[in-house]
Amino acid sequence: MSSLTEPILEIRDLVVKRGGRTVLSVEHLDVQQGEVLAVIGPNGAGKSTLLLTLSRLLPPDQGVITLRGQPFEAESALSYRRRIGLVLQDPLLLDVSVFGNVAMGLRFRNLPRKLVTERVNEWLGRLGVAHLKDRRAHALSGGEAQRVSLARAFALQPELLFLDEPFSALDAPTRTRLLEDFHALLQATSMTTVFITHDLDEALLLGDRVAVLLQGRLRQVGRPQEVFTAPADRDVAAFVGVETVVAGQVVAAQEGQLIVETSGMQLAAVGDLPVGKEVMLCLRPEDVTLWPEDGLPLSSARNRLKGRIERIIPQGPLVRVVMECGFPLVALITRASAQEMELVEGQAVTAAFKASAIHLIPR
Amino acid sequence: MELIWEGIRNAVILLFTFNAEVIQITLLSLQVSGMATMISLLIGLPLGTWLALGRFWGRGFTLSLINTGMALPPVVVGLWVSIFLWRSGPLGDLGWMYTPTAMVIAQMIIAAPVVTGLTAASLQQLDPRLQLQLLGLGASRNQMVWALWREARLPLLAALMAGFGSVISEVGASMMVGGNIRFQTRVLTTATVLETSKGEFGMAIALGLILLLLAYLVNLALTWIQQRGAQPG
Repeated sequence: MSSLTEPILEIRDLVVKRGGRTVLSVEHLDVQQGEVLAVIGPNGAGKSTLLLTLSRLLPPDQGVITLRGQPFEAESALSYRRRIGLVLQDPLLLDVSVFGNVAMGLRFRNLPRKLVTERVNEWLGRLGVAHLKDRRAHALSGGEAQRVSLARAFALQPELLFLDEPFSALDAPTRTRLLEDFHALLQATSMTTVFITHDLDEALLLGDRVAVLLQGRLRQVGRPQEVFTAPADRDVAAFVGVETVVAGQVVAAQEGQLIVETSGMQLAAVGDLPVGKEVMLCLRPEDVTLWPEDGLPLSSARNRLKGRIERIIPQGPLVRVVMECGFPLVALITRASAQEMELVEGQAVTAAFKASAIHLIPR
Repeated sequence: MELIWEGIRNAVILLFTFNAEVIQITLLSLQVSGMATMISLLIGLPLGTWLALGRFWGRGFTLSLINTGMALPPVVVGLWVSIFLWRSGPLGDLGWMYTPTAMVIAQMIIAAPVVTGLTAASLQQLDPRLQLQLLGLGASRNQMVWALWREARLPLLAALMAGFGSVISEVGASMMVGGNIRFQTRVLTTATVLETSKGEFGMAIALGLILLLLAYLVNLALTWIQQRGAQPG
């Protein structure tokens, strides 16, 4: 993990409008020196708008953005853009050689030819595509092209690297290999990076911190574990995969152990909330285990709910089971478990989960 | 059939005996159309780029005007250039009527919309995100435009070929503003018209063949440059 001390980029009260409609509104966001900030959100959330604004390719309607304490306006857009690197979803290589593509940004900066050659060779090597140096860029595969695109950005040795879903168009094996290499490269270089993605796995792997952008608004920023297990609100919970979100009220509290009533049932949870507080209960599907209706042995799972299976949705090696327990409850189990238990729709089962698996959002 | 063979025979004789008048006509054709195409390129390349990349009010309307201009009838161009350059016209004092300069102006007016329209189309067919990527790589506005021209070099060369093709083959405007004056403003197309009107079909066919050969050689050179750029590396 990189050290998180000095903010390199700061955003305050940023508003971007399109056709009179606000498409992005960020009150405050900073990027620390050396960190990887993963910005996650669904399509249309304003992620790319944020990246283009930070790259000074889209003017904001209001707000202050500072790079190393200097506001945007303190230098020309060209000068600012020569301090950053930008990688878009598609590699967008020009119809010249691989070398020519990686050299392009360096040539724009009028760097000496010798230095250009050195940098290009170095970064083609570090991205594992040195052997493609003389190949025409349009003849590359998707994975090779994205490696060249990354080499092109890294070769600039930018102060700040912006990436907009660079792996989303790749097939799964290529994406996995490239992600691993890219992760290693980020760790080796300590490159300050803002990484846009809608893929939660990528955010978990790469992000030192995660920012959740929903409907143009920044809803939560924090460590990945924090965001994924303790979402700030119902929408964030839904986006990060917390599929069971129900309203409830704290009815008892003692030494951090809570009893929360929801849909006429009482559930054990952990937290520091007063009695009477209205809350949203959030539960991740992988934290729920299923048992035959009366077959649950003694265990540490404080919550046991009887219910009936409404839907069984196969998802590769896993099976998503939607139950009705007074409220809809989703469990994610392996296909082998589902087969062993001979689960069918309409079957009565018992769901169990620990008090600590419940995340409470005060309302 | 005899007439056609005679024409071909005449053409070969005229070409290989280096007939002075034919060479003068051919060189003038090349000079006038080449100059007109080059000026069209100087106007059409930046104008087409501005229309393709710019975002301003009236852009669509301007593009539609340019596209209409691609089908501008040469005789209409000839008429308006004549009106302007006529002795009593607004530019009559320049004394350009019935000179190669007038022919260059008329041909430039014909070729410029072709080069402009095809330049705009060439650049518009590029991925619009390419501009963002180039700017994101630290390109200045001029460096970005240069890189986009380079990327669209094949269709841009096609635009140049289309521009040259539209003027080397036109006759109406050249006839009207040049006057088809022997040794002064006679070019291959106007000479072909004259020989045909005199019933000298053999000579007319010969001139027509030379015109075709000329157009072919220029386009062959441009195609060679174009396809060199298209070969896989």
